[in-house]
Amino acid sequence: MRQGTIVPVDINPTRPLRRRLGGAAVALSLALVMAMAGCRRNPDMAEQPKYQPYQPSEFFADGSSARPIVEGTVSRDEHRVGTLLYTGMIDGKLADVFPFPITAADMRRGQERYNIYCSVCHGRLGDGQGMVVQRGFKQPPSYHEKRLIEAPVGHFYDVITHGYGGMYSYAARINSEDRWRIAAYIRALQLSQNAKTADVPADVLQNMRSNQK
Amino acid sequence: MPQIFHSSANTIAKASIFGVVFLVGAIAWVAGSVQRSPYVTGQGEVRDQPVPFSHEHHVRGLGIDCRYCHTSVESSSFAGLPPTQTCMTCHSQIWTNAQILEPVRQSFATGKPLRWNRVHNLPNFVYFNHSIHIAKGVGCATCHGQVDRMPLMWQHASLQMNWCLQCHRDPEKFLRPRSEVFNMNWQPPTPEHPDVAHGNATSQLELGKYLVKEYGVRKDQITNCSVCHR
Ligand code: HEC
Ligand code: HEC
Ligand code: HEC
Ligand code: HEC
Ligand code: HEC
Ligand code: HEC
Repeated sequence: MRQGTIVPVDINPTRPLRRRLGGAAVALSLALVMAMAGCRRNPDMAEQPKYQPYQPSEFFADGSSARPIVEGTVSRDEHRVGTLLYTGMIDGKLADVFPFPITAADMRRGQERYNIYCSVCHGRLGDGQGMVVQRGFKQPPSYHEKRLIEAPVGHFYDVITHGYGGMYSYAARINSEDRWRIAAYIRALQLSQNAKTADVPADVLQNMRSNQK
Repeated sequence: MPQIFHSSANTIAKASIFGVVFLVGAIAWVAGSVQRSPYVTGQGEVRDQPVPFSHEHHVRGLGIDCRYCHTSVESSSFAGLPPTQTCMTCHSQIWTNAQILEPVRQSFATGKPLRWNRVHNLPNFVYFNHSIHIAKGVGCATCHGQVDRMPLMWQHASLQMNWCLQCHRDPEKFLRPRSEVFNMNWQPPTPEHPDVAHGNATSQLELGKYLVKEYGVRKDQITNCSVCHR
């Protein structure tokens, strides 16, 4: 048994020491907890008194802070009302020309937009066999029908803009330029289904053949 | 006078000194873990919604592109949530009698928007922007996880500053080609399947380095505080 480290007679000095130690431990942990509480995020900074997109609001009757656009509003981008680009028409008749030259980049953009917005119903080939149709949606006509092959491009622009029968308008989600690009891509789809080998440029054909091997 | 303390008190006194140090450490550790725990960050917590909308059915089952509904994700800071009309492009004809879709039809009829419960919510003092991440090749799945496997939406990442920074410091560990941003099943290239279109990269790191250069990612700037705290 070891003795002598603690003064054997007067234990008073150790007592306050221990109490102080204990007190210090309590104080330290309290300080830590308080420091943590202090570090807690200031709620006024994390939730500032401003609306974030689509945040609910009790102020308006419909419960939304986002206000609907007033009927008849014309977007600043689309202020050139009445032109071919925005109506798809020339002199009140559906146009059969594009309002701007379609480049390869436009075509790629059209393809991308078509696959996002149209292919779920019309199918990637435009045959009207999209996934949603297979689940019971009304089947749209195939783009490869004679009537639609002969339809002016303005018709496709018009259908995207205003909807058609059971199909809703996509004007809110696709801007005018992209609508034309989609129309151009539909034209390409129509060509693709009735294309002959002779229609393909020689270098592309060679590429396709070597890919096939 | 008899001894009040047994001599073993010596050891206890010494041990308690170390004990305190240890205790403080432990408290700090627990505090740290709690701060980073899913309980505080909300990570992995499934949020109930007024309509049990399933990304699993709509994205994986039907193959609908994210942008069909989250229209503004490429062009603005906010990804956008679909208005009721978007649901009705299909549900005007599909599942028209389903009871679970009643709130959707109600909202369409009255013009009162559906109130989705937010799953992700950064504190207001953090600035975040979707469009820049999409433009520089950060995939939806990198931040939101396999959304196409989520019957109800949950938060995949912690969304803590540390999480943002581990990518802002080394973006090449995460970047993918722009064309694959919306692809939920993209896999990084391997020596067996190199990415021919992007510098014949044979690994994520090689591809990432190539893309950092190609897309002009400002690696030296995006760790500045003012990028996210404006
Ligand atoms: C939700 C399903 C759905 C989506 C998505 C959809 N459509 Fe349709 N579409 C239809 C249906 C159904 C019809 C047939 C409408 C009818 O006759 O009542 C149709 C008809 C059409 C027609 C033929 C009109 C005619 O003269 O017969 C065109 C052209 C068309 N859609 C283009 C598009 C384009 C372009 C897109 C993408 C921007 C698109 N659709 C997206 C369902 C859809
Ligand atoms: C058919 C429409 C639709 C499609 C397609 C869609 N979403 Fe959603 N998404 C919604 C709706 C509605 C909500 C709100 C309800 C919820 O949180 O589940 C939502 C919510 C989300 C949220 C959580 C938002 C929040 O509250 O923080 C994320 C993240 C998300 N979607 C990512 C994606 C990704 C990634 C894709 C593509 C792989 C995708 N979504 C495709 C409709 C859609
Ligand atoms: C492009 C078409 C399309 C759009 C847009 C769409 N849905 Fe659906 N939805 C479907 C189809 C098809 C089914 C049936 C699913 C099946 O058969 O696997 C379905 C099923 C559902 C179901 C039934 C439960 C389930 O998941 O199977 C709910 C709830 C639902 N949708 C909610 C919504 C909401 C809310 C929106 C708008 C944010 C929406 N849907 C947008 C096509 C769509
Ligand atoms: C760099 C990481 C990152 C990527 C990549 C990303 N998101 Fe997000 N997303 C977030 C964060 C962080 C939030 C929460 C934003 C907030 O609270 O302000 C969020 C929120 C959302 C929301 C809720 C609405 C909003 O904008 O706040 C939706 C919907 C969403 N993301 C969809 C998507 C889709 C679709 C993609 C792919 C095209 C995507 N996200 C890519 C990090 C990301
Ligand atoms: C997986 C990678 C990744 C994650 C995670 C990520 N970022 Fe980014 N972030 C990037 C890349 C890449 C850029 C593009 C940098 C550039 O433009 O050079 C970027 C750019 C940004 C910018 C724009 C910078 C500017 O100067 O315009 C902001 C703001 C931003 N990120 C915020 C965040 C926030 C906040 C989070 C966390 C919630 C986050 N990011 C998470 C990769 C990421
Ligand atoms: C890539 C984006 C990004 C950058 C860069 C960044 N932060 Fe943050 N910061 C965040 C996010 C996100 C949060 C919120 C974390 C959370 O919700 O827990 C945050 C939170 C914080 C907080 C905590 C506030 C609180 O009360 O919880 C502080 C302090 C902070 N940041 C300081 C800084 C400083 C200083 C720098 C520069 C050295 C910096 N941040 C750089 C994204 C960033």
